Parts: sequence; structure tokens; C-alpha cells
Amino acid sequence: MYNFFFYAVPEHFPFLLQGALVTVELSLISMLLGTLLGFFLAVGRLSARRTLRWPLDAFVEVVRDTPLIVQLLLIYFSLPEAGIVLSAFWAGIAGLTLNLAAYLSEVFRAAIVAVDKGQREAAISLGMSPVAVYCRVIIPQAALASLPTLGGYFIALLKDCSLVSFISVNELLRHATIVISDTFDSMDTYIMVAIIYFMMSFVSARIIRYIELWLTPSNRRATISVPLTMDKEGAR
Amino acid sequence: MTEPRPPVLMVRQLRKTFQGNAVLKGVDLSLHEGEIACLIGPSGTGKSTILRCLNFLEQPEGGEITFFGQTLCAEGGNSNIFRIAPPRILQAARARMPMVFQHFNLFSHRTVMENVVEGQVVVLRRGRAEARDRARDCLARVGMLERADFYPDQLSGGQKQRVAIARALAMSPALILFDEPTSALDPQLVQEVQGVIRDLSAEGMTMLIVTHEMRFVRSIAHTVHFCEGGRIAESGSAADIFGPNAPPRIQTFMEVAHG
Repeated sequence: MYNFFFYAVPEHFPFLLQGALVTVELSLISMLLGTLLGFFLAVGRLSARRTLRWPLDAFVEVVRDTPLIVQLLLIYFSLPEAGIVLSAFWAGIAGLTLNLAAYLSEVFRAAIVAVDKGQREAAISLGMSPVAVYCRVIIPQAALASLPTLGGYFIALLKDCSLVSFISVNELLRHATIVISDTFDSMDTYIMVAIIYFMMSFVSARIIRYIELWLTPSNRRATISVPLTMDKEGAR
Repeated sequence: MTEPRPPVLMVRQLRKTFQGNAVLKGVDLSLHEGEIACLIGPSGTGKSTILRCLNFLEQPEGGEITFFGQTLCAEGGNSNIFRIAPPRILQAARARMPMVFQHFNLFSHRTVMENVVEGQVVVLRRGRAEARDRARDCLARVGMLERADFYPDQLSGGQKQRVAIARALAMSPALILFDEPTSALDPQLVQEVQGVIRDLSAEGMTMLIVTHEMRFVRSIAHTVHFCEGGRIAESGSAADIFGPNAPPRIQTFMEVAHG
């Protein structure tokens, strides 16, 4: 205990936080890219065109059926043999993005399919074009419905980022490994690591919750109070 | 209705099957400007399907639909190939005959005002300010202006349906299709929606209404079409259909309908 508070923390906590910063960068960039890619994957997989649907289905299947760590190792160590050289950081981003996109495409697909048929019919019956129906009615509702799930995936992603330490990205867990190889004090170090991960996830969860409430249509009206219920239908 | 102008909507031999079941076996129907026509008849006789084929929410499979002289679908020539007009023409036609649904189908992510503005801006390309003015007008006509900033899930069924009617009105329609507009409402809310439709009839709006509310039909309809077996079995004025000399099958239906 004494050692933890008066030696390990002041000595190594700042260095671990530097790693945590990289973890946050990885998460945010992968989340952004993965969400975009996942969205387009979902729309593509719902397309009537089989030539578009089939390869995308195959991609999602392959990504979901292999471990993330294997994907990361492949991207970092095997792609250079094919002439594609990525820095560790961007290899990590690539792996996390592809992985997340595959999972999110399922979330978005479910949310799009779950939008009430009547909404589509109402839009069509006003004379909207198929693109307008999608952009003005289906997508906004599906996005709202998938938001809570999206938040869950972000928190999972924060922690999945620890896997990129295997391809030598200097994020939180790798910094911890460095500290331990210096001090042989694995217990104190891992406790600090756990605390940092907990703080990051906890804060993210609060922020996501706040965004959800803020984006829920009926909560945006200040004049009457409504119970803060979420998500009647949609993503699972 | 009196002068012999060409009908707003003309339907000939409209046919539709669902999984091999013939639902519409040749429906003939015409509707004139200012006319209020009601489709009545037992459940499952294709009343709603007729409506949904008119705006191509369902694809008809045969017959002809003409709307303001524009052919929306037809069987042409010697080969008798059934053709449907290209999407852009169908979209333009839909905008002129919006539909009011049994389950309202208000856009749940938009406020009452935005619901009424949406079609005007996206489809009719009106400016936002103009669209909002028009929306305010329409909402006032259905008595929902003070709820303009509410979301649909904060409204009662009757209020939702009134907003749905305002949304249709905002499109400056030539014809409004009503698909059982009061069937999903509690009995005490039926009146408020019927009242709005009645106000529209007083203003000369052309309407095609599918409904089971016989008293309402009797009080509002110029023409009543009785559907049975995928066809329009009888047509006539409300007085004909509801009078003592009504065809026997209608009398039978009425007895059942009034239980």
C-alpha cells in the first residue's frame, strides 16, 4: 500500500496516462471510421443487388469469425509482404476499424430493418423519391435506435485497444509492460492500468448517455417534462 | 359533381393478386372533383388494397389508372402488356393524392410542425418559410396549431390523425385517400377526426374514404361503393345504398355491420 501510493503512483502514473491518451486516440479514430464504414456496409448489404451484397456479406462473415488479434497481426506483419506498409498506429486503426465496422453493420442493418413499415409508406405516399425516403425518414430513425448499442460498442472498443499493444503501439497496456519491465512491480502497475481503463469507460458511458438523452426527440423540448425513456423499438 | 367534367381519377379493371390469391378482380371506379366517395364492404374484400394500388404502395398487376388525364398504369396495344408509369410520374401523382393511414404513420422523429413541413420542402420544393406558413394554416384547420412543437408520441390518437390530415392538406392535394382513418381510435376520439373530415367536405375537398363507420358514410358520402369479392359490387348515392330499396346484399351487410 505504502509503496503503491508513495512510489508507484507518482513515479509511473503520468507515463501510463500518456499511453492512455494513445488509447483514446485509437478509440476515437477507429470509432469514427468504423461507424462510417459500418453504415455503408449495412446499406450495401440491404441492397437488392446481389453482386454488391454477396462480397460484403462475405467480408462481415470473415471478420466476425476470426479473432481481432489475428487480424491485427495479419495487417501489421503480413500486409507489408504484399507491399502495404502501415505504421503500428495506423495498422492498429485499420484492424480496429474493420472489426468494428463488421459488427456495427449488423447493428445498423437491424435498426434499419426495424424502422416501422408505416414510416416508409407515409414518406412514399407524400411523393418522396426512394433516396429521400431513406435519407429523411429511415436513416434518422435507425440512427437514433442504434445509438445505445453504438455506445456499448465504443466502451468495448476502448478496451479492445489493449490488443494493439501486441503490434507495438505505445498505448496504455504497452506502457504498463514497459513500466513492469523496469520495476518488476506488476501488481501495482496493473492496478493503475485497471483504474485508468475504468475511468475512461465510466466517463465515456456518462457522455454517451448524455448524448442519447440529448438526441432523443421528445427530450429536446424543454417546455414539457417527459419521462426519459429510451428506444422503443429498434436495435438489439 | 353536377357538370360533366372529366373525372379526377379513373380506374378500369384494376387487378391485383397476393401470392396467387386474386384480391382485386377488376375494379372500376371514377371520382370527380369535389366528390366524396366511400368504399365500404366486408373485411378482406380489398378496399384498402384498392386505395394502396391507386398510389402504388402496392403494384397493381392489370387494368388502368388515370389521374388528371395522366395514365399511371395501363394495358396497351395488341400485345396487352401491362405498363406502369416511370417513378417520377408516380411520385408526382402521389404528392397530389396523399394518403391518411389507419395507424397515422406520423414521422416519429419529427415534431408536428416538421411533419407537416417535410413533404412540402422535400417533394414540392417549397421554401422553408413558405412551407411553415402553409403548415400553420393546415394545422389551424385541424385544430392542432397549439401542438405544433410536440412530438407524435406526445399526442393522442385523434390528435395524431388530425396532424396526419394536416400533413396531407399541406401538399395542396387534388384528392386525399383515407384508409380507415378512425379504425384505430378510441370511440370518443372518432368524432374529432370525423369532424375534421366533415370540415374538409364543406370546403369541397375531393376524398376517397375506406371506412366501416356506416353512420359517417351516410352523412358525408356523395357516392358509396360497396366492395365484395374483389370487385365493386354496387355503387350509388348514399340515399340509394342506405335507403329502403337498397340491393339485398347490401342490406345483409348492413345488418351484420350494425350487429
